[in-house]
Amino acid sequence: MSVIRTVNLVKIYSGGAVPVPAVRGVDLRVEAGEFVAVMGPSGSGKSTLVHMLGGLDARTSGEIWLDEKRVDTLSESAWALLRRKKIGFVFQFFNLVANMTVADNVELPALLAGAAPKDARERREHLLGALNLADRADSAPGQLSGGEQQRVALARALANQPSVLLADEPTGNLDSRNTRDVLRLLSDVHKEGQTIVMVTHDARVAGLADRLVSLFDGEIVDDGRITRRRTGTAGEVIDLR
Amino acid sequence: MRLHLLALLAKEPAHGYELKQALEQTFGSAYPSPNIGQIYVTLGRLEKDGLVRAVDVEQSNRPNKKVYYLTTKGREILTVWVDEPTEGPRVRDEFFMKLVLAPLTGIADRMALISRQRRHYLGLMSDLNDLLARTEPDDRVAILLIEGAMLHLQADLDWLERCQEDLA
Repeated sequence: MSVIRTVNLVKIYSGGAVPVPAVRGVDLRVEAGEFVAVMGPSGSGKSTLVHMLGGLDARTSGEIWLDEKRVDTLSESAWALLRRKKIGFVFQFFNLVANMTVADNVELPALLAGAAPKDARERREHLLGALNLADRADSAPGQLSGGEQQRVALARALANQPSVLLADEPTGNLDSRNTRDVLRLLSDVHKEGQTIVMVTHDARVAGLADRLVSLFDGEIVDDGRITRRRTGTAGEVIDLR
Repeated sequence: MRLHLLALLAKEPAHGYELKQALEQTFGSAYPSPNIGQIYVTLGRLEKDGLVRAVDVEQSNRPNKKVYYLTTKGREILTVWVDEPTEGPRVRDEFFMKLVLAPLTGIADRMALISRQRRHYLGLMSDLNDLLARTEPDDRVAILLIEGAMLHLQADLDWLERCQEDLA
């Protein structure tokens, strides 16, 4: 089953003097359980594409289907409802609620989507634990470092076990040790069947994906599988390069 | 391997098997398991070149073993190796030559070459991710080697993007 399907999806920004085409006819199909990395130079339309998939940016023309239902024609409020239930979003900037604790920030989406409080708490404890943030649960987001806030935002996005996790440069603020925690969590939830579409320049994160979509000038110029090859020790693998 | 063995012998004299063990202990999984035959061949050549000296040590019930010492000349060669700057990675590599030349021939376009290469690099990155996940956290040397390879790959990918912006 396709979790996401777009048909000739187009976005033209017409606010300025000249209309700017950002996405020019994208046909994309993402199957359940796939991890798709989206890469391309800045201005290639990657962020616009992912924002449209999450209903954060209205399409100019074309179709968007989520879980086999057409969604590009939905109203703002219907999109808001759909996002609560089906979409987890994580951005380069965290957009955490400043006057709520870390724990509440992570639990809130699950509660809004109708999860039982006990389940929401367990899920939150699991996610914060996996991201090495258990001892920050009662802090306010403002007391956390950028890397910690980024991880809280990821935990929040995964709290609902959404149909799809949409991410736009989710490791922009992380040092290498924090990135390891994030990589491990993404890899784990992906193995459990989480569908992920992620815009990233970070090759470590993109290396977890099954499939790479390359955008250039608003069009898909390459779409193919990322194949794993080797096993061996560090010395062997790196020597073979 | 010549200079690696000289460096270990600068620490203390050793016989061939001890050198193999020292390589394994120092590098963890970052060194492809050294072959004892290769170590003895290398030691033989170092001895011939006057960089190490072998001394027979008698053992009861066993054949004599050879213990190797670093010579003054060996220490000089080692010092030169340590002191000189090490060559960095080359950028005018095989892919770069393809990228520039292939479109002239009409065999392939640059966009396709860049896209394929990007997926290849991510496949390598994926291997390194797996490797990092499998490597014991206290195998520091191996982890640094893997992280170094990852950073090189990241730079290669960033550079592919530059190529795409300017050439495609």
